[in-house]
Amino acid sequence: MTTGATVAVGLSGGVDSSVAAAVLKEQGYRVIGLMLRLWNEPGAESANRCCTPDAMALARRVAAKLGIPFYALDAQESFRQTVVQAFLDGHLRGVTPNPCIFCNRQIRWGFMLEHAQALGADFLATGHYARVQPVAEDEGKVQLLRGLDEQKDQSYVLSALTQEQLAHSLFPLGAMRKPEVRARAADLGLPTAARPDSQDLCFLGETDQSQFLQRYAPSSLTPGDILNPAGQVIGRHTGLADYTIGQRKGLGIASAVPLYVIGKELAQNTLVVGPLEALGRAELTANQLNWIGQPPREPIRVQAKIRYKASPAWANLTVLADGRAHLTFDQPLRDITAGQRVVFYEDEVCLGGGTIE
Amino acid sequence: MSEREAVYMDYAATTPLDERVFQAMLPYFSQQFGNPSSVHRWGQAAEAALEDAREAVANALGAQHTDEIVFTSGGSESDNLALRGVAWAQRKEGKTHLLISPVEHHAVEHTAQQLAQAQGFELEFLPVDGDGRVSAQAVADRIRPQTALVSVIYANNEIGSLNPMAEIGAVCRERGVPLHSDAVQAAGLLPMDVQRDGVSLLSIGAHKFYGPKGVGALYVKRGTPLLPTQTGGGQENGLRAGTQNIPYIVGMAEALKWAQAERSAHSQRLIALRDRLIGQVLEEIPHARLTGHLTERLPNHASFVFQGVDGNWLLTQLDAAGFACSSGSACKTGSPQPSGVLLALGLSPEWSLGSLRVTLGHASTPEQVAAFLSTLPLAVAQARGARRRLL
Repeated sequence: MTTGATVAVGLSGGVDSSVAAAVLKEQGYRVIGLMLRLWNEPGAESANRCCTPDAMALARRVAAKLGIPFYALDAQESFRQTVVQAFLDGHLRGVTPNPCIFCNRQIRWGFMLEHAQALGADFLATGHYARVQPVAEDEGKVQLLRGLDEQKDQSYVLSALTQEQLAHSLFPLGAMRKPEVRARAADLGLPTAARPDSQDLCFLGETDQSQFLQRYAPSSLTPGDILNPAGQVIGRHTGLADYTIGQRKGLGIASAVPLYVIGKELAQNTLVVGPLEALGRAELTANQLNWIGQPPREPIRVQAKIRYKASPAWANLTVLADGRAHLTFDQPLRDITAGQRVVFYEDEVCLGGGTIE
Repeated sequence: MSEREAVYMDYAATTPLDERVFQAMLPYFSQQFGNPSSVHRWGQAAEAALEDAREAVANALGAQHTDEIVFTSGGSESDNLALRGVAWAQRKEGKTHLLISPVEHHAVEHTAQQLAQAQGFELEFLPVDGDGRVSAQAVADRIRPQTALVSVIYANNEIGSLNPMAEIGAVCRERGVPLHSDAVQAAGLLPMDVQRDGVSLLSIGAHKFYGPKGVGALYVKRGTPLLPTQTGGGQENGLRAGTQNIPYIVGMAEALKWAQAERSAHSQRLIALRDRLIGQVLEEIPHARLTGHLTERLPNHASFVFQGVDGNWLLTQLDAAGFACSSGSACKTGSPQPSGVLLALGLSPEWSLGSLRVTLGHASTPEQVAAFLSTLPLAVAQARGARRRLL
C-alpha cells in the first residue's frame, strides 16, 4: 500500500467525504482535510448545505476525530466569478448549464488542487463515486470509470476533468456502495453518518432558481409568448429560464392533449410547446469537448448521458472536423437540453463529454 | 506537516498549563472539595484555599486590600462585569458617557456597544496613533462630567502595543472617573501594580499565563461604583454570585505567582527572541510592516502585515509546515474580514487582510525561531503568488 504520500481530501461536512478521508487514513496516507468556502448570496449563508458554518463545524469534527489537520480555503471570489457567472450567462443565453461540472473543473481541481499542492499534497481526493485507474496499454495514462454503485455513480460531474487533473486524483469511494459508506461512518462514530445527501445547487440556498435569476439575471425572466409548433400564440410564459425542455407542468394552457416544452427561441423570447410526439430528438451536436483519453478517429458506439440523472442511451458518435461531436441516438430522447453536458461511456469507462448545442 | 515537529507560536491565544500549577490544583477536585460558603470543616478548608488565592492575586497585582479581588470565569467575564457593572451603577448618578479605545478586546467593545444600543449609554471612541496607542492627553480632552467609565486595554492582543497606563490613570484619578483596563495579555508578562497605574478595575484571565482556562479575576478598587451583573448568593463580596471554582482559582493564583516571580528572566529571553524575529522579518520580506510599537510592546509578541497576502492562507501554509501562529483576520470558516484593530491603525484591506501574529512562550527556543524564519519568506511569497494566480 502507498504510504508516505500526502493526500488532501475535500471535505464537505457530508458522509461521503468523511468516509473518503477515513479510508485514506486507513490506507496509510498522510491526510489533510480541506474545505472550500464558496460564494453564497449575501444573507443566505446559513442555507447553503455544503459550506455553511454548520457544515464546516461538522467537517472540523470529522477531521479531529480522524486526527487529521483541517483548513478552510476562501474560494468565494473565484467561485462567484467562474461558476456563478457561467450559470447566469448560460441562462441569459437561454441555455441551462450544469454548474457542478464547472465547479469541479475550475474550483475543486483548479483552486483547491493548487492549494493542496502548495501544502505538499501529492493527490487530491473527494468522496465522489467514481474510479480512476491506469490504462493498461498506455503507460502513465489514467482513465475515469463509473462508480461501482450504479445508483450513486458520479463520473458524469467529473467528466470535464483532464488527464492531468485525474492523474492527481483519488476517489476512495469508487469501489464502495452507499449503504456500505454509511455503515462505515457509523462504525467509525463519525458525526456525519446520518446526514442526508446534498441536493440542488449549493449557492442557491433556500431561494429557488427563479428567484435567484430574478435578482442576478432579471432579463432571463422576461415574459413572452408561448407558441404552438405552427407558430400560433397560445399563451404567455414568465421567462424562458423558468422552463426546461420536456417540461409538462406549469404551462397554464388548456389543451386536448398534454403539452410539453419542445423549444426556446431566444431571439424572439418565445417558448414553443407541442404534443409528446413533437418532443423527441434523436441527434445532437456538442461543443467544448473534453476527451480524457484520445478523441476517437472513427465513429464509435457509446452510451451517452444527457444530464446527471439521465439513463445512459445508446448512440453513434462521430467527431467532426472542427472538433465538435455529433451523436445519433438509437431512440429519440425527450429532454435534450442546450447547455447541459452530454457524457460518453464505453462500458464502464467515461470517455469525456461536451456541451449540448 | 509532521505533528512531531510542530512548533507552537501562539502563546497569546493560550498557554499550556504549568505542571507546578497542575499539581497545586489537584487536591481541590476530590479531596478538598468543600463549598467555601459552608460552615463545617470542609467548607472552612475550601474557604482557606480561596482566601489564600485571593491574597496571592491581590499581592501580584499590587492591590491594597484582598477584598478588591473578584474571581470570575475568565477575562471576558471580568471585562463584562467591569463595563456593565460600572455603567449601571453610574447611571444612577446621571453618568452615561462611556469612553473606550478603538483597540479593545471584543469583550469590552461589544459590551460597550450593547450598553449604547440597548440601554441608552453614549459610546465614544478614543483616537489612537499609528501604533494603536492611546495618549493620556486624548483621554483628558474627552472626559466630561457625565463620563461613567474609561476603558483602555493594557496591552493589545493583536498588535502587542502597550498603553501608557500610569499616565492615563493619573488623568482619570484627577478627574474622578473610574478607569478599567483589560490586562489579560499583560498580567503574566509585565510588572503589575494597580496603585502605580491608577486603575480602578483590571481584568485578568489565567490561561494566558500558564494557568487553567475558565478562570479569571477582576480587580475592583474599594469605593468603585459597581453593581453585580450575576446575582444570587453573596459570594465574592456580593459582586459575583455562584459557588467559587476552587481548584481553578487556586491554579490561577499559583500561576500568577510563578509568572511574576520568574517574569524578569523570561522577559529578557523572550525580548531577545522577539527582536530577532521582528528584525529579520522586516529585513528579509519585502512589503512587510510591523504592527504595533517597536519597543513599547509585549515581550513575547511580534505582529506583521504583508501587502497582498491572504492571512488565512498564510496561516494554513505555516501550520502545514509545522508552525502554529495566528492572524488578526483569522477565520476558521474561510471568510476573512480585516480586524477592527488593524483598521483602527489606518491600514487598508490590501494590507490588513495579510496579518500575522507570532507569540512566544516558555517552550520557545532560538532554534524554533530560526526554523520559522527560514520558512516564512517562502510562505509569504507563495501566498502572494497564489493570490495573483487564483483571483
